[in-house]
Amino acid sequence: MRPTNKPHGFDQPRSLGEPRAWVLGLFLGVLALAYPLVMGAVDQPYFITFASRVFVFALAATSLNLILGYGGMVSFGHAAFVGTGAYATAILAQAGWVSAWANWPLALGVCALLASVIGVLSLRTRGLYFIMITLAFAQMLYYLAVSLRVYGGEDGMPVRRTLLPFGLELRDEIVLYYTSLLVLALALLLTWRLVNARFGWILRASSENPTRAASLGLPVFYYQLVAFVLAGTMGGMAGILLANLNGWVSPSFLSWHLSGQLMMMVILGGVARLWGGVLGAVAYLFLETLLSEFTIHWQLFLGGLLLLAVLAVKKGLTGLWGKERG
Amino acid sequence: MRLLEVVGVSKWFGGLSAVNNCSLSVEKGEVHALIGPNGAGKTTLISLISGLLFPEKGKILFQGRDVTHLPDWRRASLGIGRTFQIVNLFPSWTILENLVLAIMARDGHGFRFWKPVVSERHLFQRAEALASFLGLEERLEVPVATLPHGERRTVEIAMALAISPRLLLLDEPLAGLSPQESVRVVQAIRKVAKETTVLLVEHDMEAVFQLAHRVTVMAYGTILLTGSPPEVQASKEVQQVYLGEHEPFA
Amino acid sequence: MGFYLVEQILNGLQLGFLLFLVASGLTLVLGVANVINLAHGAFYMVGAYLAAALVGLTGSFGLAILLAALATSFLGLLAEAFLLRHLYNRDHLDQVLATFALMLVLSELVRMTWGSQPVALSVPAALAQPLRLGEFSYSTYRLALIAFGAGVSLGLFWLIFRTRLGMWLRAAAANWEMARCMGVPAGALYKLTFALGAFLAGLAGSLVGPITAVHLGMGTDVLILCFVIIVIGGVGSIKGAFVAALLVGLVDNLGRAFLPSLFQLVLSGPVAASLASALVSTLVYLFMALVLVFRPEGLFPVRMR
Repeated sequence: MRPTNKPHGFDQPRSLGEPRAWVLGLFLGVLALAYPLVMGAVDQPYFITFASRVFVFALAATSLNLILGYGGMVSFGHAAFVGTGAYATAILAQAGWVSAWANWPLALGVCALLASVIGVLSLRTRGLYFIMITLAFAQMLYYLAVSLRVYGGEDGMPVRRTLLPFGLELRDEIVLYYTSLLVLALALLLTWRLVNARFGWILRASSENPTRAASLGLPVFYYQLVAFVLAGTMGGMAGILLANLNGWVSPSFLSWHLSGQLMMMVILGGVARLWGGVLGAVAYLFLETLLSEFTIHWQLFLGGLLLLAVLAVKKGLTGLWGKERG
Repeated sequence: MRLLEVVGVSKWFGGLSAVNNCSLSVEKGEVHALIGPNGAGKTTLISLISGLLFPEKGKILFQGRDVTHLPDWRRASLGIGRTFQIVNLFPSWTILENLVLAIMARDGHGFRFWKPVVSERHLFQRAEALASFLGLEERLEVPVATLPHGERRTVEIAMALAISPRLLLLDEPLAGLSPQESVRVVQAIRKVAKETTVLLVEHDMEAVFQLAHRVTVMAYGTILLTGSPPEVQASKEVQQVYLGEHEPFA
Repeated sequence: MGFYLVEQILNGLQLGFLLFLVASGLTLVLGVANVINLAHGAFYMVGAYLAAALVGLTGSFGLAILLAALATSFLGLLAEAFLLRHLYNRDHLDQVLATFALMLVLSELVRMTWGSQPVALSVPAALAQPLRLGEFSYSTYRLALIAFGAGVSLGLFWLIFRTRLGMWLRAAAANWEMARCMGVPAGALYKLTFALGAFLAGLAGSLVGPITAVHLGMGTDVLILCFVIIVIGGVGSIKGAFVAALLVGLVDNLGRAFLPSLFQLVLSGPVAASLASALVSTLVYLFMALVLVFRPEGLFPVRMR
């Protein structure tokens, strides 16, 4: 391959975090917790839903970052898992499985199974071939959803929202907000631990130099497969929340446009950085919303901005973020 | 029982025969050198032994076990380590991190998801010990990509050693090194040879005759002869192959 | 039934040749310059829209498509000069982002110029009457497309396999470093590859206009199909793209035509109909997945790295 500037960062061996990061984290945490109350007070419930949307996309982008960023597996079919999670929760709820205790594990199980199958078949390929085969699988699911009229076909179907414990209803935008925030926080915590544990080191090594990893006796395929399944399941969780957020699920949740958007978010936010998915989702959704307020031709400006971003940064956006700091 | 037995192995690329009916054996504890002019097929043979390539014909036996169809990582976990002609490390990682990963690979238990690696002091201690063994202890926190060539080679040897290999395949470890760097790496190889069996591909004849117990000469994809260094040095056939006058098995 | 089969085979060939025109440009750009160009589909679309506009201006279909293709080729050169040349040594991810952005920009520009509604492009009058052979009748235009497509394909093959330029392209696709060392003029070669690719894409878009109507989504539909083709055929391989394009064209058409009926033989009911419809749409992807399972590098891999 031609030389590329790809110093995917790696954290230095030191203790679990520095005080500055914790203070910042705490500050953001308090902000996030207080946000809906503030928005409720100024009577702007739309912003609460918007924030939930950001969290859900951040979750989806973080799950993609696990395989794309840390694992070096460029998947163009991640929407397959988001969409499957969404459809699974909708179909289960329609069949009467409305309680989160039953609905969510089952839906996530379906996603994990799907990810295993797609992973086993796709991970034999690399590079462009991997990109295309993951796209192909997502497209297959997309067309399946379009043609299944019993589940709404191209228009999709309404989602009966899951019932949370303690009688909490996801229909309530504040409940949804805190739920998405909690799930995102949990996902980030798990990702953080995973990435710094043995599994994460091996995954990153396999991404950096698979030949060397194999020559050390590491069965790269199995590590990548596990990562793929974890990412698919996490993406499925994002799908579940998205379905509850919209109250509707449609084949667009499986489209390659969504896969592309998620990739954009990861690249913008920082490949192989813990907060990459979050930053990317925030940036992309804010830009999209802001620009569409000004002009119906917002795609033109978004495209232009992205172009400038890529051109301006000589080493490439993926190289911009340099070394990660744990 | 011989540590490694290569029996009648052949490998083709398209219509080109890279390795043709080669047989070779390596005894436990020896340093066995593989020499020959460029294009002789030495690296191909090494890749066949390490499992990066698979032969069309022939068998490879490691510790009496047939490993011909095992993938490279499997052979590595059985004890065949290797370095590459072009230095192959994890470039953005530091020396310490590279070594820790190698030790981790040897350790097994890779599917741990919660405990941070940095808290496993024993891994780091072993990595530091390994680095000291090969004289790398000064530069542990330096990203490998910024190191001079000779040091990177040493790191690579250290990594290969980290998995406690029974057989270490070294593919032109001295290529592109300055004289001082060469001396250091030769010293490193000598130290390594006390711990494990080595199959060494090299062009540097001085180093080969310093280090090797036995030498195998390859040319045009076939094995010419195997013998002690003086035997090989004296052989007319070998001399002619290097000088290009005589083409055996044309 | 026999006529129906022949008709579907001919349709498949026609689709195949057109897809080859577009896919060849994509595989060359990827093979020679190692750039993933997501905007390639946009060139296809722009060619179609330009042709539609030019037919009105010039009154001649042939002239319109030629001018449209040339204009698209020029657009390709502009894109190379201002954007793509900065992507040569970049990560594939950066290339995806940049060309995706370019695609957004081009799509929106087209929408701003021509609106969201599809634009009509008529079959030229000379080819409007269907050809009749006894009881069998087939669109003359489509036949002309097959002939034209075959002709252009032949020309492309001659260029790639019989000229020095083609030799350079093939060498660069197989091993870029080696080719560079042997004195292949990289900069000029890249420009040419992009220009040629854009030309073929624009040409294909204009030609297909009368059949599928000129609309905003046409670029992305064809783009995915093209990536599928070059993956099946092997990245950088013209021969592979040709074989894969024809296979895809035939599989898609014959599948759509005959699979639902085949399904009805085995299953019945609305679910079966839905499944058949889903299967038909995904047939091409299934085919690709199947190929990749057995040949992870495509049918005719060219890379020797």
